[in-house]
Amino acid sequence: MTNGSYFAFKTVDWANMGGATWETVWMTVVSMIVVAILGVLLGLLLFETTASENVWVKLLNGVVSFLVNVFRSIPFIILIMLLLPITKNLVGTIIGPSAALPSLIVSAAPFYARMVELAFHEIDRGVIEAAEAMGASSWQIVYKVLLPESMPALVSGATVTTISLIGYTAMAGAIGAGGLGNLAYIDGFQANNNTIVLVATVIIVVIVFAFQFIGDFLVRRIDKRTL
Amino acid sequence: MIEFKNVTKTFTTKDGDLTAVSDVNLNIDDGEIYGIVGYSGAGKSTLTRMLNGLETPTSGEIDINGDKITALSGSELRKKRQKIGMIFQHFNLLWSRTVIQNIMFPLEVAGVSRKERQEKAQHLVDLVGLTGREHSYPSELSGGQKQRVGVARALANDPEILISDEATSALDPQTTDEVLDLLLQINKKMNLSIVLITHEMHAIRKICDHVAVMDDGRVVEQGTVFNVFRNPKQEITKRFVSEEVDPALTDTNSIVEDLIKSYPDGTIVQLVFHGDQAKLPIVSEMIHQFPKVQVSIIEGSIHQTQEGSIGSLYLQITGDKESLDGALNLLKKMRVETEVIHRD
Repeated sequence: MTNGSYFAFKTVDWANMGGATWETVWMTVVSMIVVAILGVLLGLLLFETTASENVWVKLLNGVVSFLVNVFRSIPFIILIMLLLPITKNLVGTIIGPSAALPSLIVSAAPFYARMVELAFHEIDRGVIEAAEAMGASSWQIVYKVLLPESMPALVSGATVTTISLIGYTAMAGAIGAGGLGNLAYIDGFQANNNTIVLVATVIIVVIVFAFQFIGDFLVRRIDKRTL
Repeated sequence: MIEFKNVTKTFTTKDGDLTAVSDVNLNIDDGEIYGIVGYSGAGKSTLTRMLNGLETPTSGEIDINGDKITALSGSELRKKRQKIGMIFQHFNLLWSRTVIQNIMFPLEVAGVSRKERQEKAQHLVDLVGLTGREHSYPSELSGGQKQRVGVARALANDPEILISDEATSALDPQTTDEVLDLLLQINKKMNLSIVLITHEMHAIRKICDHVAVMDDGRVVEQGTVFNVFRNPKQEITKRFVSEEVDPALTDTNSIVEDLIKSYPDGTIVQLVFHGDQAKLPIVSEMIHQFPKVQVSIIEGSIHQTQEGSIGSLYLQITGDKESLDGALNLLKKMRVETEVIHRD
């Protein structure tokens, strides 16, 4: 043991580190795919029901809006504990990367849904109206106008969400979900090996930078508003 | 044929009911360009938004070629909308699509096959003069070019009518004229009825056949552009017409006064042209027949409308009494409205 040193790289089990990295990336990507789908659907629901005058639609909007706000407010570490019974039912275990998915999704989807709703509201009302005037159906307006016209905002929102998900995976890791957070906690903190903590940190920063880079690159590619 | 029958639209707002359109009756014939002019808030946009069902009238009905728009809903209404082209003040193009993709949008909505979409859109690109810019994005185009895309997009499904909602109001004067010329060209070529909403009398005069003047939700005056320009009845119409025919009316008056002071001997005549006479060389004919008169032009403006020229010309004529009388008689004979403003 190299007590307290940050640079005792001989003590690092690189195979372990690689596995943990893979677990972190896997948790992030899988949960983000589900979050993106759920978030767009929820965001669309919120957007479409906002201006309605129908009492039931208004009620639906109120309920969904309230739930989104509630789940956005619960601190992630508490949400994991809250969802433990559900996770056990759904995944069959409360340990490992799969067990982290339900709480990751439940915490990030409402966050992303709000961003999606905002992105749709940013679209020029006139463009939507022009599509209506051309005889487009509601569904055509969604996939021909709302989604393509808000795509840069949807992608940059997804980037931000992905990055906060990486943070959540580390937290989930600390209570048994695996990944770099888990490794840093068990093999690093509890074993008093700061090198492991440092290496895990550096890898997480690299992952965050990579996602940020991909996100920015995509936004630049699809945004044709200013050339 | 578009018919508005006793159309009224009332909006319910927090501050009570607001009547945007009040008991409007209009008939718009096939193939004509019908102008609706009014200041902002006069109700002209609401009126035309009812044409494609973006708003429903509170009472009254609207027929387009025999179909009651007011009775349609759901997919029937969407089908009909495909046959009503519309262009907008702020173009409302999709920035995420190229020129040709924007023009293909309504064709996609109508379920036209890919091959046919491509051909049709390319034809429209050529028609509106954007050949070579097919694959540009709207952000790479000027305002006039964007509106050309708007026009092409509105024509994609071979509409029965075209609505222009303040389509030139965001453009500079020269581009405005280009877009208006394009609309006129399309109207002539395809015999397409156009409903043109504007607050600029210039646009009305330039391309419209008929005009309705709206004020406070009502149509206060309507008729041929020619008649409305020549003989405006309502105060508001007079304001619109005077803005356009004689933007420098007060200037002219002061010039005339100055001239009366400077040249007390002269005779000052105002000639008003309305119709084909403006094409005749009236002034040169007068000088030719009465070589002794001296003519100087003080002020003048002649405009082209769909039915002929209208405008006015102020002349100062000097010379001996005999020639002067002869000259004035000639002017009257040439059926040009002549008013002697000052004679010593």
